[in-house]
Amino acid sequence: MSILVNKDTKVIVQGFTGKEGTFHAEQCLAYGTKIVGGVTPNKGGQTHLGLPVFNTVSEAMAATDATVSMIFVPPAFVGDAVMEAADAGIELAVIITEGAPVRDMMMAKAYAVKNNMKTIGPNCPGVITAGECKIGIMPGMVFKKGNVGLISKSGTLTYEGANQVCNVGYGITTAVGIGGDPIIGLSYIQLLTMFEADPETEAIVMIGEIGGDLEIQAANFIKENITKPVVAFIAGQTAPKGKRMGHAGAIISGSAGTAAEKMAALEAAGVAVVQSPAEIGEKVKEVLSK
Amino acid sequence: MNIHEYQAKQIFAKYNVPVPKGKVAFSVEEAVENAKELGGKIWVVKAQIHAGGRGLGGGVKLAKSIEEVKEFATEILGMTLVTHQTGPEGKLVQKIYIEEGADIADELYLGVVLDRAKEMPVIMASTEGGMEIEKVANETPEKIVKVAVDPTIGFQGFHGRKLAFGLGLPKEQVGKFIKFAAALYKVYMENDASLIEINPLVKTGAGDFVALDGKMGFDDSALGRHPDIEAMRDISEENPAEMEASKYGLSYVKLDGNVGCMVNGAGLAMGTMDTINYVGGEPANFLDVGGAANAQTVAKGFEIILRDPNVKSIFVNIFGGIVRCDRIANGILEATKLVNVSVPVIVRLDGTNAPEAAEILKNANISNVIAASDLGDGAKKAVAAAKGE
Repeated sequence: MSILVNKDTKVIVQGFTGKEGTFHAEQCLAYGTKIVGGVTPNKGGQTHLGLPVFNTVSEAMAATDATVSMIFVPPAFVGDAVMEAADAGIELAVIITEGAPVRDMMMAKAYAVKNNMKTIGPNCPGVITAGECKIGIMPGMVFKKGNVGLISKSGTLTYEGANQVCNVGYGITTAVGIGGDPIIGLSYIQLLTMFEADPETEAIVMIGEIGGDLEIQAANFIKENITKPVVAFIAGQTAPKGKRMGHAGAIISGSAGTAAEKMAALEAAGVAVVQSPAEIGEKVKEVLSK
Repeated sequence: MNIHEYQAKQIFAKYNVPVPKGKVAFSVEEAVENAKELGGKIWVVKAQIHAGGRGLGGGVKLAKSIEEVKEFATEILGMTLVTHQTGPEGKLVQKIYIEEGADIADELYLGVVLDRAKEMPVIMASTEGGMEIEKVANETPEKIVKVAVDPTIGFQGFHGRKLAFGLGLPKEQVGKFIKFAAALYKVYMENDASLIEINPLVKTGAGDFVALDGKMGFDDSALGRHPDIEAMRDISEENPAEMEASKYGLSYVKLDGNVGCMVNGAGLAMGTMDTINYVGGEPANFLDVGGAANAQTVAKGFEIILRDPNVKSIFVNIFGGIVRCDRIANGILEATKLVNVSVPVIVRLDGTNAPEAAEILKNANISNVIAASDLGDGAKKAVAAAKGE
């Protein structure tokens, strides 16, 4: 078991023939992901990486039975691409694109929700079920199969966290990079719920950062609803106020969104909070050997 | 990106959001000319810097004669204005705004900002104009009326009524206020703003609403489709090192410590700063080299970090995913040839081909390049090196 995606998941790629789309689709195929085709307007009918290219998502779905789309469309057009996927009936859109305008994502997310399409990202590494299916840009070899679920706003901290979990002798069920933008798709609460229900997942690693209050909401949710042990790290304890730290969403405004506030809320909810990402592995070992 | 008050008011005026008449000036002579051109008997001379709290710092003065306009313009232009938002070093005032005086009967607050939890813009209004809104939110939250606007339906009459009646406005002013708020929502959406604040929003003796101040920030990701707004960028308001870094695809923020950091990915970069702090050191900067950590970007990173004289060691922390670590190791070695790196460089490379990378660094045998086995080890070594241990 796992969450969201597995070895049978059929995936199309929007922005398939572009440089990024091509490179990462190849990597995903090498990992074993069932990519069944792609979409690039005006290139329908061609073959790319040995797979069919379609002009529209609807055509691609009708021909391939895909349920998931991995999106590499450039930022100015990504809102449109997400809405096209939702309109066509895609069940899950994994949006890798970085630099999407907030207004576009606000509209696209609202439309996705209306059409019951789940989204991950934008500006994220994607989702991976270890040993089965990689939809995104993460290095597959870091994720060894195991019993720990991972949720992270940051891409490289997803790899860092997974690597440590594997180095202490455990492994990953599914890892989801939710992205660090102001508007994101699936967030902690939905994913925590899925991991709680997944019989194979025995512990959950949650990596957050400064800005917004998603981690606070997650803490309140964990307190009432999550029985599995959770290990958490919040990046940005040393970040100054009012400065954007790389991610568009990682900014402390006023007194809200600080790491200290989030860590306190998580600790109060019974979460094992570490002060440095270097401690994630050992803490997972500790909670799982209890 | 942020803009000045006078620029925000130019945008407001385009959308029929009422603003007082005014003109920007770059010299005392120009200020006097502007005042004469505006006419009237009262003028406000306002420093234009990207920071709030200008009035308290002495950057906003009410002039009752042309002589006073001249006097205040001379005083404010060229002053280093210190407010609670500028930091102790303050900001040099290079332009001022000369504005007609307003007939103030009451001061309100009106702002639009993204509500990340609701995933829609929220309009905030308060009767407590002229005060810091964060302070109002903490002390008297009941005095703030918040209305989230679903962008798929846009601003409707009921949104306006919730705001106007929520503020307890008399009925003859309700219609005017709704019109004002609707126009401001349009400004926010059509320009891809991330924040608009009008504090104070003034109610005049005649019962009209006027934006006495204006603050606007924009979504950097959307600037590509707003060349008119991009043209409003004031380079003198931006940090030169941060701007140069962004030209090379690096994201840099200077801090006060002495351990420089170069990391791939924003989250890991913050995590690295936190780890340096956790093991007893202080980070000198945030620096995300992004996905492509090659010799050129690493060299540029070294150059920018080393411009800060406080830096006593540099921790390069790269988790090589798709980018192979052996290539990054070679990039780092090449960068040390391009830039004279005078401090110890602690390198931690993990991920794809990490063992090969370690071998490359070892064989290069450069005295000030020290290999680290993992994040914790690297942070400890970098902090020790900064302390001269």
